[in-house]
Amino acid sequence: MNPKKQLMDGLFFQNPVTVQLLGMCSTMAITTTLFNGLGMGVSVLIILTLSNILIAALRKIIPNNIRIACFIVVIAGFVTIVDLMLQAFIPALSKSLGLFIPLIVVNCIILGRAEAFSYKNTIAASTLDGIFQGLGYTIILVIMCAIREFLGAGTIMGGLLEIGENGQLVFGLGTAAGIRILPEAFPALGMILPVGGFLTLACLIAAMQYILNKPKKDKKTEEVAK
Amino acid sequence: MGFDLANLFSVALGAILVNNFIFSQFLGICPFMGVSKKIDTAAGMGIAVTFVMGLASAICWPINQFLLVNPAIYGEGGPNLAFMQTVVFILVIAALVQFIEMFLKKSMPSLYEALGIYLPLITTNCAVLGVVLQNTQNGYDFITSVVYGITGGLGFMLAIVIFASIRERLTFSECPKAFEGFPIALMTAGLVALSFMGFSGLKVF
Repeated sequence: MNPKKQLMDGLFFQNPVTVQLLGMCSTMAITTTLFNGLGMGVSVLIILTLSNILIAALRKIIPNNIRIACFIVVIAGFVTIVDLMLQAFIPALSKSLGLFIPLIVVNCIILGRAEAFSYKNTIAASTLDGIFQGLGYTIILVIMCAIREFLGAGTIMGGLLEIGENGQLVFGLGTAAGIRILPEAFPALGMILPVGGFLTLACLIAAMQYILNKPKKDKKTEEVAK
Repeated sequence: MGFDLANLFSVALGAILVNNFIFSQFLGICPFMGVSKKIDTAAGMGIAVTFVMGLASAICWPINQFLLVNPAIYGEGGPNLAFMQTVVFILVIAALVQFIEMFLKKSMPSLYEALGIYLPLITTNCAVLGVVLQNTQNGYDFITSVVYGITGGLGFMLAIVIFASIRERLTFSECPKAFEGFPIALMTAGLVALSFMGFSGLKVF
C-alpha cells in the first residue's frame, strides 16, 4: 500500500478522465456552471468511496462469475441513497443535474475501479483509491466548468457566489448568477452548448498527453537521432 | 391510451435529430468513442443498441407502471416503490442483455460473432438506462416509450456511423502530436455536434 503513489495516480498519472478516459458522458454534459461540476464531482467521490469499501469488504464472498452484476447492485444502491439525499437536502443541485444523478450507476469510473482495484485489494487501500480517484474526477470537472463557464457565459463561480447590491459577495447555493467577468455581449454561447464540452475535453486530454509524453518522446527522438 | 400518430412522429424526429442522444444529450459517449474506429463494427453496435433500447423500453414500462408506482398491487396502503427505479431498471437491463446474448449465441451465431464483445458492454451504456429513465420522467405511454426507445437507438446509430466514417479518414491525416488519437476524435465529434445543432429549431407540428 502506497498512499502517496495512489494520490499522484488519482490526481495525475492515472486520472480517471484525462488518462483512463472513463466517465466522459457526465464530464461533458453537466460542466456548465461550477455548482454543477462541484456537486457532481463530490457525489461521485462519495459513491465511489462507499462502493469501493463495500466491494473490497465483500471481495472474498462475491463469486467471480457474477461479479459485474454484484458490483452494479452495490453501486445502484449507493446511487439511490445519494439521489434521495440530494433531493431532500440540496434540491437545486438535484434539479440541475437531473438525469445524470441516477446515471452515475453506469458511470464507467465506478465500475472500472471496482473491477480493476477494489475487487483485488484491501479495504484501507480501496478507501484511499476511492477518495483519490474521486478527487481526480472532481478536479477535472471543476477545471472544465471554469473554462466553459468563463468562455460561454462570461462568469465564474456560477451557482455559488454572486455580487450583491452593495458590491459584497453573496453566497447562494444553486441560485447565484456568478461573478461576471466578460461583458454580456462577449461570451461564445457555443462553449456551454454540447460543442463546447467536446472541444474543452479534447483540449484538456491533449494537454495531458503533451505533458505525460514529453520526457519519453525526447528520449525516443534522441535514440532515433543516434 | 390515445394513439396519436403526429405526436409519435415528433417524438421520433426529436429522438433522431433534434435531441440526438450523443450530440445533444451526451448519453452513450463511452461506446460511441470506443467502437467507432470502423464503419462495420459501428453499424453492428448501432443495431445492437437500437434493439436493446427498444426492448428495454418495452419491458421497463409495465414493470414501472404496475410494480413500482402502483401501490394498489401490494394491497391496501401499499408502498410506492418509485425510488427503486434506478436499481430495478439497471437489473432489468443487465438481465436483458444477458438473455439476448444467450439467445443470439444459440439461434443466430453469425450475428453473435459480429457483435462480439460489444454486446455485454451495452449494459453499461448510459443511453439505455437514460432512455428508460426519460420514459418514466416524461410520463410516456407504452407505445410512445417503445417508439422513443427505438428511434433513440436509431439516432445513436446515425451518430456512430457518421462519426466512424469520418474517423476512418482521420487515421491517415496528420495532426499535432499531442492531439493524436483520442483528442482529435473528440474534436471531430464536437464539430459533428455543431452541425447537429442546426436541427435544434426543427419543429414539425
